[in-house]
Amino acid sequence: MKFTIPQEENMHPGHLACPGCGGALAMRLALKALGKKTMVVLPACCWSIINGPFPYSAVKVPLFHTAFETAGSVSSGIKAALDILGKKDITVLAWAGDGGTFDIGLQALSAAAERNDDFIYVCYDNEAYMNTGIQRSSATPWGAWSSTTPAAKEEPKKNIMDIMVAHRIPYAATASVSYPDDFIRKLKRAKDIKGTRFIHALVCCPTGWKCSSEISIKLTRLAVQSGIFPLYEVENGLKYTLNKPQQISPDNKLIRSYLGAQGRFANLSEKDTKKIVADIKSEWLRLLNKIEGNICIKQ
Amino acid sequence: MKEVMSGNHAVSYGAMLSRAQVIAAYPITPQTQIVEMLSEFCRTGRLKAKFIKVESEHSALAACIGASIAGARAFTATSAQGLALMHELIHWAANGRMPIVMADVNRSMAPGWSIWTDQNDSLSQRDTGWLQFYCESNQEVIDTIIQGYKIAETVLLPVMVVLDAFVLSHTSEGVDIPEQKLVDKFLPPYKPQYKMDLNQTLAFGALVTPDYNFELKYQIQEAMEYSLTLARKVDKEFKRFSGRNYGLIEPYRCARAEIILVTSGTITSTAREVIDNLRKQGEKIGLLKIRMFRPFPAQEVIEALEDCKKVAVIDRNIGYGVGGILCQEIKSAFCNNARRPEIFGYITGIGGRDVTPDTIMEIVIDVRKNNKADNRIKYVGLRKLR
Ligand SMILES: Cc1ncc(C[n+]2csc(CCOP(=O)(O)OP(=O)(O)O)c2C)c(N)n1
Ligand SMILES: [Mg+2]
Repeated sequence: MKFTIPQEENMHPGHLACPGCGGALAMRLALKALGKKTMVVLPACCWSIINGPFPYSAVKVPLFHTAFETAGSVSSGIKAALDILGKKDITVLAWAGDGGTFDIGLQALSAAAERNDDFIYVCYDNEAYMNTGIQRSSATPWGAWSSTTPAAKEEPKKNIMDIMVAHRIPYAATASVSYPDDFIRKLKRAKDIKGTRFIHALVCCPTGWKCSSEISIKLTRLAVQSGIFPLYEVENGLKYTLNKPQQISPDNKLIRSYLGAQGRFANLSEKDTKKIVADIKSEWLRLLNKIEGNICIKQ
Repeated sequence: MKEVMSGNHAVSYGAMLSRAQVIAAYPITPQTQIVEMLSEFCRTGRLKAKFIKVESEHSALAACIGASIAGARAFTATSAQGLALMHELIHWAANGRMPIVMADVNRSMAPGWSIWTDQNDSLSQRDTGWLQFYCESNQEVIDTIIQGYKIAETVLLPVMVVLDAFVLSHTSEGVDIPEQKLVDKFLPPYKPQYKMDLNQTLAFGALVTPDYNFELKYQIQEAMEYSLTLARKVDKEFKRFSGRNYGLIEPYRCARAEIILVTSGTITSTAREVIDNLRKQGEKIGLLKIRMFRPFPAQEVIEALEDCKKVAVIDRNIGYGVGGILCQEIKSAFCNNARRPEIFGYITGIGGRDVTPDTIMEIVIDVRKNNKADNRIKYVGLRKLR
């Protein structure tokens, strides 16, 4: 059997993630892709806990725990220092949750992206503030329960890819641990590009999504297959490429089985579900339009 | 080489001579010229540094923190609102033991908008673990930045160099620019023992349980206490090549003084003049300048003041609900001392209101006629409201 995923392991077997944590697996895959010449910048998020308390660390590379909103700015500072000290072959990896990216850290991230500072930023998006006990973020989808949206979230999920793409950064991509080959390919590709590179990875949090841990991978795969979380790449803010690890089109049945498996969507009415399906379809069309846009540019 | 320059440019020269390697700063009046001059130094190559043009002071200090932990000498400068915006990271820099040097141009906190000096911005950061120096002249500014790095990198604590808005920041004076070669000998390149390093693979700043945290915080206090000795030593060493030093505090004409005024920042220069005049007339009066505010050199302050009868502490700040902050520090320094002068507290010059020799004289006249101090706060130059 041929392994397509690097066997190099840059995470220790011991860490403090909950069973089924997609965020833990995402880091493991990312470090496999990026290798040992990597430095991690970690703002407050579940990973601040997952990596272990003093004196532990779950990763085999240097890691800097930093303030919640500073992944972008601290990464810029580290990269600048490495440059001036002549250490040019180190990848700086900012690793933040959806709260640290979509909300409190957006300003610093936007500024770093505008400067096109040279680091990879991965947002592992579990769609809420999980560290502090499942409060809504602007990445929480419409209709989802959280401890601060006890009925359901009334606002749609913020489109972080659109925001980052608007900065015309050299590389932005969505990725999923349910497609490890694609995930690793994207991180490797990002590694070879200079400037700000952004990866948006949807990951399942069984605790916060209220699902059983053994379907964690299955759920994020369903998210891709159903069109909820399409996998795509954008170069220089212009060239969109849809990645099709499997045949995808927004599918009523698949969307319903994604929602149905999660306790956070238990309160949805039939009308709510219909709205969600309709929204996913129109988002999908919007994405296809952008991909068509490529062709227009080429002409 | 002597040059005429503003306090702000003295800051920039200080950072350049210290060979800061990463600079991240954001413009705010009255600090802006510091940033402008440093970006020019970087552009022309006079300073080999990375200048990160951040979008906020919060990111400025965050970037400095990143640079510092990766092993570079980092510099930033700000004022008032910018300093307040940094607050979370001000703690981060100290708790993370990062020897960053920052210049703060004292400016009154809004609202209402003000660009003029008082010390509430920097003094409200006093319990964060940063060393603080308050400067009297532009020469002292440039020298203190250089000394600041030497101290910071030895004790692994950040240093704040404070100067008054406009009275220093925008006022030009003759400044002797130390020779780069000599500065280099005094301040060798930054070589941290611990940093982000592929060979060490450490995790910095992880969750720390009650089992460890107390000791970490205690060590900051220990480092603070050691900074007193160290700053004295560094100041003396600085004199050896530059001919200048300042002390942590400076007693001025205090011999056999019955009354001693206590000042910080530029009010000191104004008070010197008043003291000179009064001494000429035979009055037994002196002046104590507080240069280092954190750590507070309490023992030196006691020794400078314990022999006089009355002390008048002049504060350009208000600790709301308590009074002048310097005055509180001095009172508490004397609390367990057998000999204790009467300590009078005066607040003046808030929001950049002028402090002139007349203001100082008003204080002198008031102390002269009172023999017992109480805890009432006295305001000088305050308009009658009702
Ligand atoms: C300035 C600040 N505000 C609030 C917090 C508390 N806090 C820590 S982690 C967190 C939520 C993190 O959410 P996210 O970024 O989505 O990461 P996750 O925990 O879900 O992995 C919050 C609110 C903090 N550490 N700092
Ligand atoms: Mg989250």
